[in-house]
Amino acid sequence: MPRVVVDVMLKPEILDPQGQAVANALPRLGVNDVASVRIGRRIEIEFTGEPDLDRAREIADKLLANPVIEDFTVRVVEADDTADARS
Amino acid sequence: MTARVGVVTFPGSLDDGDAARAVRIAGAEPVRLWHGDPDLHGVDAVVLPGGFSYGDYLRCGAIARFAPVMETLVDAARGGLPVLGICNGFQILCEAHLLPGALTRNQHLHFRNRDQVLRIETVATAWTNAFQPGQEVLIPVKNGEGCYVADAATLDQLEAEGRVVARYVGGNPNGSQRDIAAITNSAGNVVGIMPHPEHAVEALTGPSLDGLGFFTSVLKHLVGAPA
Repeated sequence: MPRVVVDVMLKPEILDPQGQAVANALPRLGVNDVASVRIGRRIEIEFTGEPDLDRAREIADKLLANPVIEDFTVRVVEADDTADARS
Repeated sequence: MTARVGVVTFPGSLDDGDAARAVRIAGAEPVRLWHGDPDLHGVDAVVLPGGFSYGDYLRCGAIARFAPVMETLVDAARGGLPVLGICNGFQILCEAHLLPGALTRNQHLHFRNRDQVLRIETVATAWTNAFQPGQEVLIPVKNGEGCYVADAATLDQLEAEGRVVARYVGGNPNGSQRDIAAITNSAGNVVGIMPHPEHAVEALTGPSLDGLGFFTSVLKHLVGAPA
């Protein structure tokens, strides 16, 4: 069944302390070539009928993201589209 | 006539009992309100208490904003009903767009729990008129997502309109922009505050009695308000 994926990210100008904490930990893994890390949230929605991008966008705007501090994108993916998960 | 101040309980609220006790100590009658009941039962003011409404699973206050009681409360607040949101209540008021900006993870990512000095920046609100302008008060703070953020234009507007209600003094516990601890809407009836005045109303359990001023303020405000 196709599903709608909503990606929520803090706006670029909002400090992301979680991402910063990860970025600061990377040198301990020997990783020294990362300039920044930002952490967001991925939400997968399965509609009972056809995936509805407009309704998903409304859900994201009202509930999944806080537009004051976060941006979001919505897209449809096929359930067997594992390339999305692997890439 | 004794003022009736509602205290809303959401699933996950944990300071509703303390808020109700603070209301009573201030001399008003606390009225317990339930998140699933849209009826405000004729209260004269409402406190949204601290805690973790609906588990804060998605984002603090995001789900509580859609509780049946909030549908009614948002309209009443726009109509002038005094509303005080403490901690999680502050987060709910921002999510409900009754106050601008948002509360995000503390900058240092740690939960911060300590007694905190605040400076009262404006006494022109329903919840701070019992203080002196510039008065410093000692009130507990305890939050993990108390970092107040807004865009620069909103912050400038809050400053210009005197809507920064209180600021952290002697250290900012969460990285809030411009040390903001509390703000109000343009009418001054809706106030959101991150520290917990309801935990500073009794010598036995609080670091001071300074929190009482928020609750006596609303009583003063209601006496002066037209019936």
